[in-house]
Amino acid sequence: MDILNALVAILNYVVVPATAYGAQLALGALGVTLIYGILRFSNFAHGDTMAFGTAITILVTWALQAAGLSFGPLPTALVALPFGIAATALLVLGTDRIVYAYYRKVRAAPVVLTMVSVGVMFVMNGLTRVLIGVDEIKFTDGARFLISAQEFKKATGLAEPLAIRTTQAITVITAAIVVAALFWFLAKTRAGKSMRAFSDNEDLALLSGINPNRVVAMTWIIAAALATIAGTLYGLDKSFKAFNYFQLLLPVFAAAIVGGLGNPLGAIAGGFIIAYSEVAVTYAWKKVAIYLIPGYQSDNLLQLLSTEYKFAVSFTILIIVLLFKPTGLFKGKSV
Amino acid sequence: MSTRQPGAARGGKLRAPLLFAAMAALLLIEAFTTGWNGALGIVNMGLISAILALGVNMQWGYAGLFNTGVVGFIALGGLGPVLVSMKPTPGAFSAGGWGILLAFAIALVTIAAAVWLNRHLKRMKGLAILAVLIAGFFLYRAIFDPAVAAIQAINPASAGYLGGLGLPTLLSWPVGALLAAGAAWVVGKTALGLRSDYLAVATLGIGEIIVAVLKNEEWLDRGVLNVTGIPRSWPVPYEVDLQADPGFLERVAAFGLDPVTTSTITVKLLYGALFAAVLLVLIWALQLALNSPWGRMMRAIRDNEVAAEAMGKNVTGRHLQIFILGCAVIGLAGAMMISLDGQMTPSSYNPLRYTFLIWVMVIVGGSGNNWGSVLGGMLIWFVWIKAEVWGPQIMHVVTATLADGPLKQHLVDSAPHMRLVMMGLILLLVLRFSPRGLLPEK
Repeated sequence: MDILNALVAILNYVVVPATAYGAQLALGALGVTLIYGILRFSNFAHGDTMAFGTAITILVTWALQAAGLSFGPLPTALVALPFGIAATALLVLGTDRIVYAYYRKVRAAPVVLTMVSVGVMFVMNGLTRVLIGVDEIKFTDGARFLISAQEFKKATGLAEPLAIRTTQAITVITAAIVVAALFWFLAKTRAGKSMRAFSDNEDLALLSGINPNRVVAMTWIIAAALATIAGTLYGLDKSFKAFNYFQLLLPVFAAAIVGGLGNPLGAIAGGFIIAYSEVAVTYAWKKVAIYLIPGYQSDNLLQLLSTEYKFAVSFTILIIVLLFKPTGLFKGKSV
Repeated sequence: MSTRQPGAARGGKLRAPLLFAAMAALLLIEAFTTGWNGALGIVNMGLISAILALGVNMQWGYAGLFNTGVVGFIALGGLGPVLVSMKPTPGAFSAGGWGILLAFAIALVTIAAAVWLNRHLKRMKGLAILAVLIAGFFLYRAIFDPAVAAIQAINPASAGYLGGLGLPTLLSWPVGALLAAGAAWVVGKTALGLRSDYLAVATLGIGEIIVAVLKNEEWLDRGVLNVTGIPRSWPVPYEVDLQADPGFLERVAAFGLDPVTTSTITVKLLYGALFAAVLLVLIWALQLALNSPWGRMMRAIRDNEVAAEAMGKNVTGRHLQIFILGCAVIGLAGAMMISLDGQMTPSSYNPLRYTFLIWVMVIVGGSGNNWGSVLGGMLIWFVWIKAEVWGPQIMHVVTATLADGPLKQHLVDSAPHMRLVMMGLILLLVLRFSPRGLLPEK
C-alpha cells in the first residue's frame, strides 16, 4: 500500500505536471529549432511571439464568451486558437517581409540576425503589453478536472490523491496531435521535404529548383502556429503573464539546444528532459520518503532546490550537454 | 562583424563633437523646460548607462561576444555596496557566518574533486563523479541550511542578513567590479569557446540565475525585502545635512536661491562629477588599450578568428580576458547605481531594462567605438526616460477623435508600454540603415 501511495504521489506531483510542462516546452523548442534549421539564427523573439499569440487567443476567447459561446467541457480558448494562430502568422510574415528579408538578401552573419531578433522582441513585447496589459490573466473555463482528487481517493481507497486537470490532458493530447501532424508534414509532403532539403543544404536545394521564399514563409507560419499553441497551452495550464513568457525563452532554448539545434526530434526530447528535471529537482520528496522508508521521520523537506531556482536546472543541463556533447544529444547542426 | 560597411561616416572629424553638443543641447532644453533637478537625474543615470555601455562594448565591439546576461552582472555589482558599506548585523556572523563559509568551502572542494576525477579516472568515471557531487551537495545543504536559518532569525523585520563590513562606500565600487569579474570567470571558463549563439543562451541563463539568487538568499541581501539606507559615497553629503549647515545656507541666501532645491541639485552635481570622473578614467584607459598592440590583436581576433588562431593567438584565452574585463566594468557601474539609489531592490532587475536596453545603447552609439557607447548610453537613457512621458501624450493625440469609453481608456492606460516598441524600432532602424551606429568605429 505504501509503495502504491508513493507511486501515486510521484505521479501526481512530478509526472503529471512535468509531462504537461514538457509538452509545452517541446512545442516552443520545435519552433526555435525550425527557425534555427531553416533561417539559421537563434530567434530571441520566440518567447514574445508565444506571448503575442496567446494574447490574441485570449482576446478572441473573451469575445466568444461575451457572445455566449462555449466549447462544452473543453476550454473556449481552443476555439479561439485558430484566430490566434492566424494573427500571429500574419505578424511574423509581416516582420519577415519588413525586417528579416533584407538580412537574408545581404547574407548577414547569424549573430546579426540574432541581434535583429532582439529588436523584434522589444516591439512584440511592447505590442503584447499594449494589447492586453501586464497583469496575470486566467482564461481557462469548462470542466476543471478529468480525474479529481476526491474521486480518485474514493475509487482506489488510497491515502494519496491523483488529480489530472483538463488543461493538462488537453496539453498532452494537443501536443501529440501537433507533433504527429508536423512530422507527417515534414516527412511525407512535398512542401515538408523541400523544407528539410533547404535545412540540410541551402545551395543544393536552390539548385534543385526549390523556391526559398516559399520555404521561408512556410517556416514562419509553422513557427507562429507552434508558438501560439505552446503559449496558449501554457497559459491554460498555469496563467498568462507577458513577462513569464519572456522568461520561458531560457528553458525553451535549453530544450532546443540539449536536443540538438535544428533537430525536431531532439527538441521534443529536450523539452521533456528539461521539464522532468526541473520538476524533480524542485519537488519536496519528503512525502515519498515517508512512504518508502519505514520509520522515516524528518523535518527536512528533501527538496534539492527551491522552485525559484528552476532556471538553474535548465541552465545546468544546458551547460553539461554543451560541455560534453556540443551538438546536443541528438545530432544537431553546428553553423 | 559583418555589419561593418566601407566608407567613412558623414561629418568627418567634427561628427563626434557635433553629436555630443547636440546631446548637451537636448539636456539643456530638458533642464530649462522641466527643471534642473530632473535633467541632472537623467545625466547621472545617463553617465552610469554610458559606463554600462562601455562594458558591453568591450565584449561586443572589441571581441564580438554576445553577452545577454548583463542584468546579472549589474545586480552582482550592486551587491558590492551592500556587502562593503552596510553596518554588520550584530551577532549574525557568529550565528551563521562560519557555517556559510564552511559550506562554501565544501562546495568548492566537491567541485574540485569532481574535476580531478574527470581528469584522472578512466573506468566508472560518470558514476564516481555523480556520487561525489551528490554526497557533496547533501553535506553542503546540511551545514548551509541551519546557518542560514540562524542568520535570518536575527531581527528579521529590519535585518535578518549578514550585513556589510561598514567600510566607506567608495571602496565598494571596485568590490562590485570584482564580484562581477569573479562570476564572469566562472561563466567564461565554461561557456566561452562555444559558438556565439550558445554563449548568448548560456549568459541569458546566468543572468536569470544571479538575479534569482539575489531575490531569494535573504541571509545575503535580504532578498525581496530590499536593503535600504545604503550610505552615500564620499564626498556626496545628504540633503538634510546640507540644509542644516549654516555655511551652505549663507551661500545659498547670498545668491537668493531656495535652500531645499539647491541642496538636491548640489547632491546631484557632486554625484555627476564623481561619475564623470570614473567615466573619463575608464575611457582614457580603454582608448590606450584599444590603440595598443593588445587592441589590434583583439580586433584581429574579432574580424577573423581562424586567421588570428593561425597566427598563434590564443583566441579563447583572449576572449576570457575581455569577457572578465567587460563584466568588471558592468559590475562597477552596477555598484555605482546602487550607491546612487541608496537601496538594493533585487526584484527591479528586469532583463529588458538592464540587458537589452544596454545593447540598444551600444548598437545605436556605434559598436567598437568607446565614445559612441558614451553617446549611445546618454541618448538612449534620455529617450527611455522621456518616452514614458511622450507615450501617453502621443496616445492622447491619437485617441482624441475616439469617443470616451473602455477602448480609449485602455489605450491611454497602456501607453507607457509604447516605449518598449519605440526602443525596438530604434534598434531595428539603426541595424538596418546605419549598422555602424552614430559614431562608427574608425
